Amino acid sequence: MSFDNAYESLIDQEDAHWAFGTGFTESLAGVDRAVPATADRADLFAYCLMLGDDALVLSQRLAEWCSRAPELEEDVALANIALDLLGQARLLLTRAGEVEGRGRDEDALAYLRDEREFRNVHLAEIECGPLAGGDFATTMARLLVFSSWKIAQYQRLRAFVDPVVAAIADKGLKELAYHRDHAAQWVVRLGDGTDESHARMVAGVRRVWPYVDELFTADPVEQRLDVDPAAFRSEVDDVLAAVFAAAGLERPDPVPAARVNGRAGRAGVHTEAMGYLLAEMQHLHRSLPGAKW
Amino acid sequence: MTARDVAARVRDPELPVLTLADLGVLRDVRVADGRVLVTITPTYSGCPAVAEMGADLRASLHAAGYADVEVRLSLTPAWTTDWITEEGRRKLAEAGIAPPARIGPRPAGPVPLTLTPPERRVACPRCGSHHTTELSRFGSTACKALRRCADCAEPFEHVKEI
Repeated sequence: MSFDNAYESLIDQEDAHWAFGTGFTESLAGVDRAVPATADRADLFAYCLMLGDDALVLSQRLAEWCSRAPELEEDVALANIALDLLGQARLLLTRAGEVEGRGRDEDALAYLRDEREFRNVHLAEIECGPLAGGDFATTMARLLVFSSWKIAQYQRLRAFVDPVVAAIADKGLKELAYHRDHAAQWVVRLGDGTDESHARMVAGVRRVWPYVDELFTADPVEQRLDVDPAAFRSEVDDVLAAVFAAAGLERPDPVPAARVNGRAGRAGVHTEAMGYLLAEMQHLHRSLPGAKW
Repeated sequence: MTARDVAARVRDPELPVLTLADLGVLRDVRVADGRVLVTITPTYSGCPAVAEMGADLRASLHAAGYADVEVRLSLTPAWTTDWITEEGRRKLAEAGIAPPARIGPRPAGPVPLTLTPPERRVACPRCGSHHTTELSRFGSTACKALRRCADCAEPFEHVKEI
């Protein structure tokens, strides 16, 4: 059946929920959706939140560039990358809700949790432009580090104990490869460009570097699920070293950002920027519960 | 018409020159006990057209007399542009969109880093010239890149390989 406007066909569909239809993912085929007996349910729920929140929060940050990027093509590119991450987040949060078994769907988890319940790494939430905290170069530095780290993580998750997460990672890996290449090519172009672009790229890498250490610090949940990110640190280091060499950049000295009593994003302890990010992301849904497009 | 025929003719909301079968997202159609079970797979994780695809499938099958329809989403194996049919590639080129090259199975081992965009010989769908360059790897939808032809000077879209 054809419609003058493709979106007309969505009206009155039972799955036209808040975002753009959540009913679909309830029936993911091709993978066993039972919670694996060998994994602790609470740990698996927490880990799905960690993965989903990483993707959701960086997606929100990248979307802030819409209409503010240096050129139209970058508006489109950053929005596309944000959309890929949002898609991954939707699947991961849906899975989190399923594993939790208390009836929470992706929207409940994205819009109705408070800051301390979010388990994303700080790198995803810090401000890197277009407003405070940096510029386009800073955003590319973050995207390079984040996607290099995620690629190594998702590659290992293809053999994860939960087949649903494994399938999401396997698919997301292809998307992340495009994201990393995009960021790497910009880091080389800016780092190996003019004095001004080089200086900004150096500043961008310095801005994000204190948040790298957290990426490879295992949360107890990750230790119990045997997905310690320290295992792939050298692989990520090699990728970053190759990009920095081509860009004429030096790896900054490792000065990790301070933790609170040893805790950081994975434990729900966030930077000051996180509350503002969530306020913007969640306010409409909280002000108008059940609002639809 | 069989349920499979009906489902195979539903068009992609974002690339309406293609049917869901041409695009390779229609994975399975089964009829059992009067119920039609359709399985589709998203192109990209965030593809916003997936919900429309499901709605269009249900509406088309209802109109063809199939009252009980379920549409399932399959994530694995992940979609690849290699699943776009020959017919689909021909329709894309006719519509001025360069079809993707065949990429074959994914290699094992770490994902290779690409610091310089690969020199793909993408033919201009308007004049056939191979003197084309990539303007942006991210185009109007997640699955397309933007290129320009040096000979006819026209920009065009390219379904990028994934």
